[in-house]
Amino acid sequence: MQPGTERVKRGMAEMQKGGVIMDVMNAEQAKIAEAAGATAVMALERVPSDIRAAGGVARMADPTIIEEVMKVVSIPVMAKARIGHYVEAKVLESLGVDYLDESEVLTPADEVFHIDKHEFTVPFVCGAKDLGEALRRIGEGASMIRTKGEPGTGNIVEAVRHMRLINSQIRKVQNMSKDELYAEAKNLGVPYELLRDVHEHGKLPVVNFAAGGVATPADAALMMHLGADGVFVGSGIFKSDSPEKFARAIVEATTHYTNYKLIAEVSKNLGTPMKGIEISKLTAAERMSDRGW
Amino acid sequence: MNIGVLALQGAVAEHIRSIELAGGTGIAVKKTEQLNDIDGLIIPGGESTTIGKLMRKYGFIEAIRQFSGAGKPIYGSCAGLIVLAERISGGEEPHLGLMDITVSRNAFGRQRESFEAELPLKGLQEEIQAVFIRAPLIEEAGPEVDILAAYDGQIVAARQKHLLVSSFHPELTEDTSFHRYFLDMVKEAEPE
Repeated sequence: MQPGTERVKRGMAEMQKGGVIMDVMNAEQAKIAEAAGATAVMALERVPSDIRAAGGVARMADPTIIEEVMKVVSIPVMAKARIGHYVEAKVLESLGVDYLDESEVLTPADEVFHIDKHEFTVPFVCGAKDLGEALRRIGEGASMIRTKGEPGTGNIVEAVRHMRLINSQIRKVQNMSKDELYAEAKNLGVPYELLRDVHEHGKLPVVNFAAGGVATPADAALMMHLGADGVFVGSGIFKSDSPEKFARAIVEATTHYTNYKLIAEVSKNLGTPMKGIEISKLTAAERMSDRGW
Repeated sequence: MNIGVLALQGAVAEHIRSIELAGGTGIAVKKTEQLNDIDGLIIPGGESTTIGKLMRKYGFIEAIRQFSGAGKPIYGSCAGLIVLAERISGGEEPHLGLMDITVSRNAFGRQRESFEAELPLKGLQEEIQAVFIRAPLIEEAGPEVDILAAYDGQIVAARQKHLLVSSFHPELTEDTSFHRYFLDMVKEAEPE
């Protein structure tokens, strides 16, 4: 018996495909998310928009919150550790969390090195803005990639930019001749073997979800249309007027992302979505997507 | 042979790939009408709570029961196994309730307890590489259920007439023998 193999870790993310992973801050929200059809929940102390509002250093959540959430739902529970914070990650693994997010939403603990994710039994998801970042994270052992987007803004534009960039870079690599791959690996700063895998298969070797700024059912469907394997929804759900209805609507729009009539139907009377922030209004220090490298 | 893969949520593309490698034609099924065009159906791995909810919402419960009533083969892996079971341990509401088994969800524990292992399977010559991900177990099986594989004394694959289930994920490996086994079931079920 072999636990924590690459296949087991990547396979877990495959099972999330076509699904919606929702940020929750307590047991009650976790139950709402599960009942609405979430494929997993991300247990947090504060959603990204509150982290923005509060300022200061954002860290791993209180283990009490994570344990409470794990107790009440049967779907997988994810949690966030700071970039490079090996010990937060080990602590979360010891709690029995099903997936770890080494996340730029929290304040980075290391400005040079990410966590060596190979030595964990628990799988990791990491954010990426482009193909280089995605393959560096996979090289370090990430089993799932998500766009960084710009978390807590309710603005989809950055997630769209990241998804489009990753996919266009994949197409470019796919069309390269074999001898061009060595130089491209150097240009992108990625392991050659992973780049060759992308060249051969025309996709990342792990699933790629959309995250960071998904605020409406139509946003979720747009990301699926652009080739996302599934969607993370952070502040959008529990910052809306009717979280339950909103959560169900996002799940249905993700499953049937080409059925526009259905998306129209589920988008009716959802109340006000989160207000949102224009990206250009953020200062460089406020941009979470620039954390990590 | 046209094999549908229920495409509401989960590892749909992997099953389609395995079916095509095994010599069938794989079709993603998103609407109940598509059940008329297929000879067999696969319910993939994913989250059973999500898949169950979406099946109810879009009329798949009744439609798949009719499909099964016509004797057409169905294979459920992992979440698909849970969806096919008549009884879910812990009092959870069953979904399709077609197969005379009692299943226990997340029976091996959380993700860190997920694993792969080589397993002998009744009716196959070679052992298969079985990938278990937060996998369910079959706690009890009725008299008409044929047990195909066990791990550590627990049932992890079984067949009841035209219904096939596995706790593990053959679609995550390069080995297509389990999918060929299902294709053979579909062939047998075809009227002359």
